Amino acid sequence: MSEWRYWLNEQRGTLMGLAIFLLMFAVYIANHPAGLTANVAQTAANKGVLFAFVAMAQTLVVITAGIDLSVGMIFILTNCLASWIVVGEPLPTALGVVAVLAAGMVCGAINGLLVIYGRLQPIVATIATGAVYFGLALLLRPFPGGSVNEDLADALTGRLFGVIPSSLVVLAAAVLLVWLPFRRSRLGRAAYAAGSSEQAAFMSGVPIRRGKFAAYTLAGLLAAMGGLFLTFFTYTGEAAYASGSGYTLWSIAAVVLGGVSLYGGRGSAIGAIFGAFAARTTGDMLFVFDVDPLWQPLLQGVVLMIAVSIGSLALLRVRNRLDWFQ
Amino acid sequence: MSDTSEDRISIRTRLPAFLRRADPAVLTAFGCILLLLLLSSLYSSNFLSLNYLLQQLKVASFLGVVAAGVMVVILLGHIDLSVPWVMTTGAMMACAAAGFGSVGPVIAIPFGIICGTAFGLLNGFGVAYLRIPSMIVTLASNVVAQGLMVVYTGGFSPQDSAPPPVRWLATGFLIPGLPNAILVWVAISAMMIFLFTRTAFGRAVYGIGNSERAAYLSGVDTRRVVMIAFAISGALSAFGGVLLAGYSSKAAQAMGDAYLLPAIAAVVLGGTSILGGRGSYLGTVAGVILITLLQSILSVMQMPEAGRQIVYGVVIIVMLLLYGRTPPNR
Repeated sequence: MSEWRYWLNEQRGTLMGLAIFLLMFAVYIANHPAGLTANVAQTAANKGVLFAFVAMAQTLVVITAGIDLSVGMIFILTNCLASWIVVGEPLPTALGVVAVLAAGMVCGAINGLLVIYGRLQPIVATIATGAVYFGLALLLRPFPGGSVNEDLADALTGRLFGVIPSSLVVLAAAVLLVWLPFRRSRLGRAAYAAGSSEQAAFMSGVPIRRGKFAAYTLAGLLAAMGGLFLTFFTYTGEAAYASGSGYTLWSIAAVVLGGVSLYGGRGSAIGAIFGAFAARTTGDMLFVFDVDPLWQPLLQGVVLMIAVSIGSLALLRVRNRLDWFQ
Repeated sequence: MSDTSEDRISIRTRLPAFLRRADPAVLTAFGCILLLLLLSSLYSSNFLSLNYLLQQLKVASFLGVVAAGVMVVILLGHIDLSVPWVMTTGAMMACAAAGFGSVGPVIAIPFGIICGTAFGLLNGFGVAYLRIPSMIVTLASNVVAQGLMVVYTGGFSPQDSAPPPVRWLATGFLIPGLPNAILVWVAISAMMIFLFTRTAFGRAVYGIGNSERAAYLSGVDTRRVVMIAFAISGALSAFGGVLLAGYSSKAAQAMGDAYLLPAIAAVVLGGTSILGGRGSYLGTVAGVILITLLQSILSVMQMPEAGRQIVYGVVIIVMLLLYGRTPPNR
């Protein structure tokens, strides 16, 4: 068998995510009154990028067979923090950005420490840390408000050369500078190995603890990037519980749509990005079809339900009934 | 929680018989409740008054009913994230059914529970027969339930108020001095204990939590058991929502949002393994009381919402580090 078949098999989930997104986006653009103009692309990209960062963060943790239910709260916390410190002259602004990203990494690292060295189950540990992060966000911003360096915000949510949405460029940079190096490093391989079989990885002398720790920490970093973008997008910080838990829930949906296995060890953050874009486009699509906003949550739910049921078609290929049970 | 080390066994053999048989996690949880009450009584002696304690048990009973359902699902090694909107659906449908003429108030409670059971069956079908991860399918059905309720109410809180039977169930007194909600919780608890310890279904739930393959090979129809378990969870979530609607005398949008995480936390703090297969119902009761007390004490001390969230999270983490750790990788 030639090389590319293995590659295709490995990338099947990512390509599925890409296909779902392209299909939905094509339908969306075809029905949009303005068509594909730079303006439409910019708005779609800005909204999609928020989802994409949180979904990438979730992917890193899901690959290690964990789950991060605090990812939306890290997103909200860094948003509130950024609305305080990413202001003023270029130098303080830059320091503020670094501090926000560092805060996200610390949040992710705390999750990692509790799960790996505290040996707590990821679901409950991140529920608890999520409550703490939300409390901190509320402490920073009891009421919505604050401001952000508007020059930077406009530059990063605007267009490059008048055509390319610059938020997409930042997203691509995050993929190139965070995801790909991690994926190709020894630690990244360890994270995958720990997700697919922790016992086997442990026996083979793979540094599973450091790999998982790196995954949780980088997840915090990516969530913080999302939080920064939310601040650039809205110019304010707001500790909204519903928004935080909503982003957490949709990040899980995006990860699944992007072909990342919730059992760990399979999938890629690039697939999750397409999953996030697809999830985002569902909302926009209902808008162009002029659906009553009241019906929007129901239709989104039904689409999500159908999307997750598609995966169960694989059951038809199962020959041995014992393979039903993982 | 598995006591394999020699010294722990020798300590346990010296304990009186009823303590030896009890789960250490359950004992720790009850110990923490006593400690919490003692510490808070230093702040104000009102915390030890019978009135306050009964009031807390009444508030705890709503969470207790929901947590009982969540526990069945967690024992299977699955999770139910559809609790918030299934609760709201149960509450809203019970209030809506009350409008159907003279039979309305009579069918209100059963109708709310039936709607919750329907969502539970949907979850169970997805998990058991379609083999979709429970986290995803319950997440999706939560969004569907939310969508249905938004369409039904037009996005506002519904105007119709809870019918008298629902209100009586949540706030009335069948026995003077003892709120009905506590009696309901006791009845549900008795049923759950019977279900877990005296029925084939209960044993099958524990068996599937340990190894679904082994349970299947032993002749258990595991898929049916999983589906019924999710239906029970949906029914109890909806029932919790009905009680809550009776307590606040009407259903409201997003009324269940504050119940998902405390319910999971209560089950886990009570010593049930989130991986399934291990845990006792008494522990869940302890976890529910513990979380309700913690929330109440923090709010009586007039701590702002931010501080409450932080303390709440930290306490859960500390307690889990005390006894909720998984065995090391060796």
